[in-house]
Amino acid sequence: MTAATDTVTPQAWWRPAVWRNLPRDYPVVPLVILLVLLVVVVQLTQPGTVNAGWAAVNIRQAVVLAILAGCQTLTMLTGGIDLSVAYVASMSGFVTATFVHQPGGWVLGITVALAAAALAGLVNGVGVGVFRVHPLIMTLGMGLIVYGFSNVWQLQNVQTGSGVPSELRTVGSSLAGDLIPYNLVVFVPIAIVLLVLLRRTGYGRMLYAVGDNPVAARLSGVRSWQVLVVLYVISALLAGIAGLLQSGLSNTASVTLVVPYLLPSVAAAVIGGTSILGGRGGYSGTIVGALILTVLTGYLSIILPEPWRQIVFGSIVVLVAAAYTRVTAEA
Amino acid sequence: MTATATVTAAATTNGLLLEATDVSKTYGAVVALDHASLSVRPGEVHALMGANGAGKSTLVKILTGAVTPDSGRIVVRGRERMSHSPADARRNGLVSVYQEPAVILDLDIRDNLRLTSTPLEPFRHWLNELGLANLSLTRLARRLPLASLRIVDLARALAIEPDVLLLDEITAALPANLTELVLRVVQQQGNDRAVIFISHRLIEIAAICDRATVLRNGETVGVVDVTAGSEDKIVDLMLGEGAVALGQQVASVVAAAAQADRQPRVSAQALSDGRRLHDATFDLYPGEVLGVVALEGQGQDELFDLLSGAERPAAGTLSVDGKPVSFRHPADAIRKGMVFVAADRAEALLMQRSVRENISLPFSARLTQWGWINLGREGKKVDEAVATLQIDARAGSEVRRLSGGNQQKVTIARWVASGVKTMLCFDPTRGIDIRTKTQIYILLRDLAAAGAAILLYTSELKEIQLACDRVIVIFGGQVVAEMPAAGADEATLLRAAHNLKPGAALPEEVVAATSADKAAVEAAIQADVDGGSAAPVEQP
Amino acid sequence: MSAPAASIGRPRSRAADSLGSFGRDHAWTLGLLVFLAVLLLFTKFVNHNYDLKSLASTATAVLPLALAAVAQAVVVISGGIDLSVSAQMALTSCVAATLMKENPGDGTAVAIVIGVLLLGMLLGAINGGLVVVTRVPDIVVTLATSFVWAGFALLVRPAPGGSAAGWLKDLVVGPLIPGVDFVPKAAVLLVVIVAVIWIPLSRARLGLSLYAIGSNRLAAFRSGVPVNRTKLLSYIITGFIAAFAGLSLTASTGIGSPVPEPTYTLVSIGAVVLGGVSLAGGVGGVFGPLVAVVVLQLIRDDMTFMHVDSNYGLVAQGFILIGVLMAGSLIQMRRRRT
Repeated sequence: MTAATDTVTPQAWWRPAVWRNLPRDYPVVPLVILLVLLVVVVQLTQPGTVNAGWAAVNIRQAVVLAILAGCQTLTMLTGGIDLSVAYVASMSGFVTATFVHQPGGWVLGITVALAAAALAGLVNGVGVGVFRVHPLIMTLGMGLIVYGFSNVWQLQNVQTGSGVPSELRTVGSSLAGDLIPYNLVVFVPIAIVLLVLLRRTGYGRMLYAVGDNPVAARLSGVRSWQVLVVLYVISALLAGIAGLLQSGLSNTASVTLVVPYLLPSVAAAVIGGTSILGGRGGYSGTIVGALILTVLTGYLSIILPEPWRQIVFGSIVVLVAAAYTRVTAEA
Repeated sequence: MTATATVTAAATTNGLLLEATDVSKTYGAVVALDHASLSVRPGEVHALMGANGAGKSTLVKILTGAVTPDSGRIVVRGRERMSHSPADARRNGLVSVYQEPAVILDLDIRDNLRLTSTPLEPFRHWLNELGLANLSLTRLARRLPLASLRIVDLARALAIEPDVLLLDEITAALPANLTELVLRVVQQQGNDRAVIFISHRLIEIAAICDRATVLRNGETVGVVDVTAGSEDKIVDLMLGEGAVALGQQVASVVAAAAQADRQPRVSAQALSDGRRLHDATFDLYPGEVLGVVALEGQGQDELFDLLSGAERPAAGTLSVDGKPVSFRHPADAIRKGMVFVAADRAEALLMQRSVRENISLPFSARLTQWGWINLGREGKKVDEAVATLQIDARAGSEVRRLSGGNQQKVTIARWVASGVKTMLCFDPTRGIDIRTKTQIYILLRDLAAAGAAILLYTSELKEIQLACDRVIVIFGGQVVAEMPAAGADEATLLRAAHNLKPGAALPEEVVAATSADKAAVEAAIQADVDGGSAAPVEQP
Repeated sequence: MSAPAASIGRPRSRAADSLGSFGRDHAWTLGLLVFLAVLLLFTKFVNHNYDLKSLASTATAVLPLALAAVAQAVVVISGGIDLSVSAQMALTSCVAATLMKENPGDGTAVAIVIGVLLLGMLLGAINGGLVVVTRVPDIVVTLATSFVWAGFALLVRPAPGGSAAGWLKDLVVGPLIPGVDFVPKAAVLLVVIVAVIWIPLSRARLGLSLYAIGSNRLAAFRSGVPVNRTKLLSYIITGFIAAFAGLSLTASTGIGSPVPEPTYTLVSIGAVVLGGVSLAGGVGGVFGPLVAVVVLQLIRDDMTFMHVDSNYGLVAQGFILIGVLMAGSLIQMRRRRT
């Protein structure tokens, strides 16, 4: 990453500073260690749980969370957040389902759903980028609007009925050879695009720049509104795709289907090492964060009743976030 | 004040008002202070000197309780008083004023005073002394100009009548006329109390300080009685071994710009922002460094905002290479080759990102450049810029971990890497040590020699002669004078900045400062400029 | 001496200055009141039966949300944000309802109310303590604790239930003086709570300190404000008011429900911002958010009066929230340019 500076003073790997800075410079490493530890704990306390099938189910579950957390990662990098993703995602799955019995079928459904999602994202982007409304409020208001329209759409489609298209069910929930989730077909390309976008493209650099210091970005000739409008459209499209996968996975179409994922999506990005204040983070950490949260939720649901599950879940999010703040704190 | 009871105790011990001994502080592997010491006598104005990174700010933070040292003692009036917060320091009789006023912008002045339990009458008194008698206390601080806020902050500190008043770079961004007032008020402080004064301007140190403590690499390397001629010694102490005469190098690259028959790179005609700036008319030619001189608030900030595209002009025309332009965003200005270097590094840098990302930031700014990054080519350009500016990028994975001087170099390197046609520098050497300053001047000269046009505003008048070919003076939003830099000594510039005709009498306070101790002042300028050598600056 | 004074600021007539600055400083709240007036006229237009009594019932309906907005306003002014407000309300409401069911009697109910208020302060103290000690951004800490409080609420009451003391219910239902329908107890209670907590607070140094740390932490620190302690106190006050909000839920529904209604958090944030409090901190008060809560409620009521699908109420709320803020920032941008 920092070839330009590393050539000035190469740091030998045996230097303690390298190890001390590891969590900050490569946050994925301790996260993977945390994930492995978690899996070990699961296996030790519930012997026989961990096997290929278990892994496949967890990954399939984590994919939806990872995509939604991707929305939060991208927006958080710019110092924003996208609270509309849950409603946009639910809307997307639901709208698609209402097209099943219509001419055009699910293909038209997905097209309409993603177009509606993109429109919501566009409004978000214009509000945040051009009108400078705080992203928290902008996406919150957009969430209300999308939710309201979804409900209206629902009432108008009661007669025609709805159903999750079988194609979505296959992609969302099937396991190839009982081992490999089909939804990876959707997720792997998305993950690669996001990782490359953030690391190797000018647009990725702009996300970090706008989040780290909007004034500096402006003085360097960056038109932040362009960056933000594109960002919120991308975020809404990702949310739309996540909604499709989730409706396929759960074989339900409801206007609140994805709402329970809203706060965990923020938590996964935070656990993954992305700063909610902007300018720091990445998608690889988020993917691991989503896996950790999924495995953790599954494990807790076995060993603990619901109330304690929530308490432990919340406590762990605080602990991990606190650990991050410690390692990235200004020396 | 709690400390008044111990006055007699202080007198019986060693007569020192404040004594800090063996103060050490490390941040991770970095040693910020290494058994530093500082002793201040009652009634004196004591300078705290040191290049950037020498440990001044850490020592100030420790004295004011913002940072707890790893070891060391602080004794005020004979009693050990380690402060654990600014509130604590205040109780211990230590109050500080910073370059950035510690005023809450969302409260009015009266509430700001209540917040710090400042008595009203003394505050009014000092406000009068500092020339702000008409200030309405019910005004929201946000609605006051920055210079007024600085004065309010200082008056508030004076009103508390602390044993020790710490002034950290408060004159760095003040206009010359206000600086005079402030310095005079600072000197008036009573015999029983003391002032610790931090400034990069040796001329001010020479004018008002009694003694100076010099820090280098976190250690106290000397305490100097400030007299005529002691500035050389201070500079030597600050720089340590290996100080080089960089001033002469700067002077040697100053070349005469034969501009009469050439087209100006930038031409401003009656440029106005509708508020502060009314009629800015000047030409900037390729190959020259054009200095801008102004007292604070004369419209120079607005001029740079207009030129860099940050704001839109209300009237007037701006032409680049003979064609009229209209900037709606800095991106428009950059496309025309007009790039901006800000005084405030926090405004220009992505503090959490690497040196590389900071320098390559403009490469990807435009929509059409959002695609794939050629890392090899980018790395080459960045490495070249890093080498050109001699940036010490050891802590380069996050710019916030670099020293102030290196950070400022990064803001310039960003444009050097992209290729400079016209560079607008707004006080680029504010709060920077002498060595880095000199390096920046040399770079500006080199850029001009390579054909770039440079506009340089500086709040330090002596820099004009050093780095510029020509100079324009702005007063009341208008360009009121233009002259070759060779003849523009400090007195001439000050006179012009006050819009006085040549030969007319200067306002009293200006004369007082400029002629105070001519030998000392001149020595100070020379020392500051030359980095210790006595080589005369040659002008073409 | 006159030269520097002239260069710093033009002396102006002080009276004109303070009048002008009052207008500028309170422009948002004044604008919001005008908006409310227009909305009331509109309401009267779409529903001719709308009268002071209906307005009073609107006021009663918004009590929990209004208290939530006041709670949120305090912490946002101090530069924080509390995503756990609705979970705090659920937990305090459940504890109150459960204890009152198990220990009936008006006397014990008073003790329970006091205990629940203390619990609210404890929850706030934990939120604030975590923010101060871990230095994790407020939004992340309170997001996480919202799970924790909701979990505890479920532990206390696995299902909605419990009961409320009679006097507690009486406190929020009906008019203050029998026959005078337009002075609902709920509104009076709201005014009393705000008057007793906020007005003295905002006049005291603690209040100034809240604004100071929200406006500029560093400047506040350098001015001698104990930043961390003030931050902690802001969360404790928020928890305290959130407990009032929780109690008002128990009082108006007569039970405690363990599942937090997330709208209380989200709409309280919306109302706070709509009410002129900057999410950046340091600006605004609690009066604006209270007006904003009424505005948002009226919009939904109007939809009902117009026999429009109630879901359009949500859409309208969303559009008003976004639209007003867009308009606000548009005005600001214009003003900066001219």
